Amino acid sequence: MSNGHLAPRPGFVLDVDRSSPPVLFHHGEGFRLEKLPADRTRVIYPAEPLEGLADPDGAIRSALLNPLGDSEPLPALLHSGMKLTIAFDDISLPLPPMRRPDIRQRVIEAVLDLAAEAGVDDVHLIAALAIHRRMTENELRHAVGDRVYDAFAPSGRLYNHDAEDPDGMVVLGQTPHGEDVQFSKRAAESDLVVYVNINLVAMDGGHKSTATGLSGYTGLRHHHNVHTMLNSRSFMDQENSALHASNWRMGKVLRDADVKIFQVETTVNNNTFGREGPMSVLQKREWEWSPKDRAGFLAMQQGLKLMPSAAKRKVFSSWLAPYELTSVQAGEVEAVHEVTTANVYKQQLVPVEGQTDVLTMGLPYICPYNVNSIMNPILVMCLGLGYFFNLYRGKPLVREGGVLIMGHPTPWEFHPVHHPSYIDFFEQVLADTTDPAEIEKKWEKQFAEDEWYKHLYRTSYAYHGAHPFYMWYWGAHALQHLGRVIIVGGDTAAVRRMGFQPASTLQDALEMSTDVVGPQPTITHLKNPPILMADVT
Amino acid sequence: MKALEFRRNVPRFAAARLAGSLTPGRGASVGPLHLADLDPPTAPGPDWVRVRPRLSGICGSDLATIDGRSARYFEPFVSFPFVPGHEVVGDLDDGTRVVLEPVLGCVSRNLDPTCDPCATGQLGNCENTTFGDLEPGIQTGSCHDTGGGWATAFSAHPSQLHPVDGSFSDESAVMVEPTACAVHAALVADVPDGAIVTVLGAGTLGLLTIAALRTFAKPRTVVATARYPSQRRLAAELGADLVVEPDGIRRAVRRATGSRAVSIAGDDGAVDRLSGGTDVVVDCVGSSASLTDAMAITRPRGRIVLVGMPASVSLELTPLWHREIELVGAYTYGTETLPDGSTARTFDLAAGLVRAADLGRLVSATYPLHRYRDALEHAAAAGRRGAVKVAFDLRDEKEREALMEMSK
Repeated sequence: MSNGHLAPRPGFVLDVDRSSPPVLFHHGEGFRLEKLPADRTRVIYPAEPLEGLADPDGAIRSALLNPLGDSEPLPALLHSGMKLTIAFDDISLPLPPMRRPDIRQRVIEAVLDLAAEAGVDDVHLIAALAIHRRMTENELRHAVGDRVYDAFAPSGRLYNHDAEDPDGMVVLGQTPHGEDVQFSKRAAESDLVVYVNINLVAMDGGHKSTATGLSGYTGLRHHHNVHTMLNSRSFMDQENSALHASNWRMGKVLRDADVKIFQVETTVNNNTFGREGPMSVLQKREWEWSPKDRAGFLAMQQGLKLMPSAAKRKVFSSWLAPYELTSVQAGEVEAVHEVTTANVYKQQLVPVEGQTDVLTMGLPYICPYNVNSIMNPILVMCLGLGYFFNLYRGKPLVREGGVLIMGHPTPWEFHPVHHPSYIDFFEQVLADTTDPAEIEKKWEKQFAEDEWYKHLYRTSYAYHGAHPFYMWYWGAHALQHLGRVIIVGGDTAAVRRMGFQPASTLQDALEMSTDVVGPQPTITHLKNPPILMADVT
Repeated sequence: MKALEFRRNVPRFAAARLAGSLTPGRGASVGPLHLADLDPPTAPGPDWVRVRPRLSGICGSDLATIDGRSARYFEPFVSFPFVPGHEVVGDLDDGTRVVLEPVLGCVSRNLDPTCDPCATGQLGNCENTTFGDLEPGIQTGSCHDTGGGWATAFSAHPSQLHPVDGSFSDESAVMVEPTACAVHAALVADVPDGAIVTVLGAGTLGLLTIAALRTFAKPRTVVATARYPSQRRLAAELGADLVVEPDGIRRAVRRATGSRAVSIAGDDGAVDRLSGGTDVVVDCVGSSASLTDAMAITRPRGRIVLVGMPASVSLELTPLWHREIELVGAYTYGTETLPDGSTARTFDLAAGLVRAADLGRLVSATYPLHRYRDALEHAAAAGRRGAVKVAFDLRDEKEREALMEMSK
């Protein structure tokens, strides 16, 4: 591992042989050590964490003063009497939440310092959560820092975006494709919108920050749909993503509507679990585990086995990643995002030759939509078939008609406050059909327009009624591509409800996969997290 | 003749209650029910005839009796020992195939004048089921004098008998009586056109009620609960628009009606009750849980129709008071007034529905009388075992022919 003296090693592909040790699979709030078949299995390992910037605050200030693309430095855009809106990424980024100070806090404080110097006093800060759940006070404090929170929240100038506020949203126009561009009225009426992003994966950022984050169902439905997902191959690859293209079209409409955006994008390294400490073993390669690592891991395993689910969830939720800032760039949206994407790729991209018959993955305890919450079955599907499956450039890691095996406890359990519409989606919609296109056609509208879901989204901490649909659509490309999906160690009824096959062990799952792909299939294990993106040729 | 006889036997009744609480239907093995060799029935009056059952169904109320779960309310309305069985298709001695309408009203009790309900055809509401020439018994199957359908023969008054069309199978014919209960329930529900109706329970009565609602009312949406896959499939086939598991009914009705949920803890996503709700609930379960659900999902001034036999329940009645909900029972059948003002015998309406919806297919399993323990356990676990109606098949009982010979 990198110790600050040696250059971090890039990601790589390990060919498993008889001497290869068992591989660590994430398994929700737990882990499994799996012995993978020799001579036909490969494991894709993520790169070691890049070095973080030595002076994050200095780098941020420098980026604000030296913008990219057709943009003036931020101080030149600030003046007394102006209306300034600072929008920032919500609780879904980064994953897991990072240790204080959060990058958003650093950037926002820097922006506010410049605004104060320019005499700007009409400033609003908005958590750009689109139709995600609202952030709690503690979550907002964690993201922006206590100083910013105490200065703005009590006077109502720091708040969560409300996509269902009839007086707070406007439609600014349509793209040439007929897509409504719905936007926060406060942001639209501002002289300047500064967007503060944490770009964890290649899908994040760019025009998506504002065109999605400050939009609502009227706008989102144009790209958060089955057609878009089936034509995004993958949605992590901007060159081949219909999702990306739609957001870029909307970005042009925003520009044409005179919405001035100053984009600040940041990237973090792969230091998800720390270079030292009890969790550091999760980002080490198994054959390099020290006796201390092994003992620590075994002790952790034993401890987790004795804990009830709620206690395990609490332990894992309390983990804050020691992420380090690897880059920050600011200015015009597209110019900024081009550099950001290159920096994301620099950390995450791993070259892989050829596809596999069977793709395996161990799903961790967290995804963008269950921070401080429960990873319900729909989110398991979304993380595996949506996010992880789409972490490719070129072509999918698994061949068409191949098998995806993912491990996760997949409990039939939902957070009633955060995911009320998910409960109904799981119990009514998936009981009817699991076909994304049919679900979209038959069910989406009534959930999206449900007044109770709207009420809970606006006043409680619930995801919007349409959100579980988007989670299901996120996996549409994988569902179309794969011959079978098997979940290892999941709740049998929950797995079957989703149309997947349950298996008790990885060995059973591999045996079951031969029905689809034949005997002695090639196997690839995507060892994620820390995050990697496969560049498949 | 061979018969399943139910005797008054307090220790055995207690044993049945205990066994039935552990395994539904197990009361048949340890309780007061036993297979007996009885004398052929003696006609209680000059007009009475003998019926030799062909199929005789097992009903939820029968199972409650066998497992010791019946309410003490019924004690004055039965006479021991009795032979259960009131869902019957059988043969008369002259060869006529008949379906039994089992209610023992004033006419069969030789009471003249009749009570007001009987005078207007509301046989189920007869006020004299403990009086007249017969021992107490609300129906054939609970009256000592008449015998019952779980035997090779019993006695019936001609007013109780409906000849069966030759095109009707025995399986269809045995479904007429439970279907009549469902038709009556659907009409008691008095569903406004375009209303949302919720049917709780998808056992035989629940499924038949869904079919009856679709035929005799014009609801916009029928929501139903069903615990097992086969029940869910049948509920949808018979006309339910949305079928959910019992635990999900509050959420399902909330969505179907566009109501908001009210949670005791506030906006925590739980659904304790609804702001609005369904127009009508037809409760075909009759338990504390189902009635509590019904109260939670019925709109203000809505109606709950209790069809499932409830026995003793524990129930919070505040919503009934606060939301001015109407709670009505629906018991058996008689003469119905249809929405257009016309009247018809419930059994005639039921026979039409059985034919139109092919309800004979709901007879899932039949057993000979001597396998009554298996039959009753199967009936008690019908949903879980993918069955709907379980019946005794007496067509091959040797004694049927012997009785026929005796009558000659």
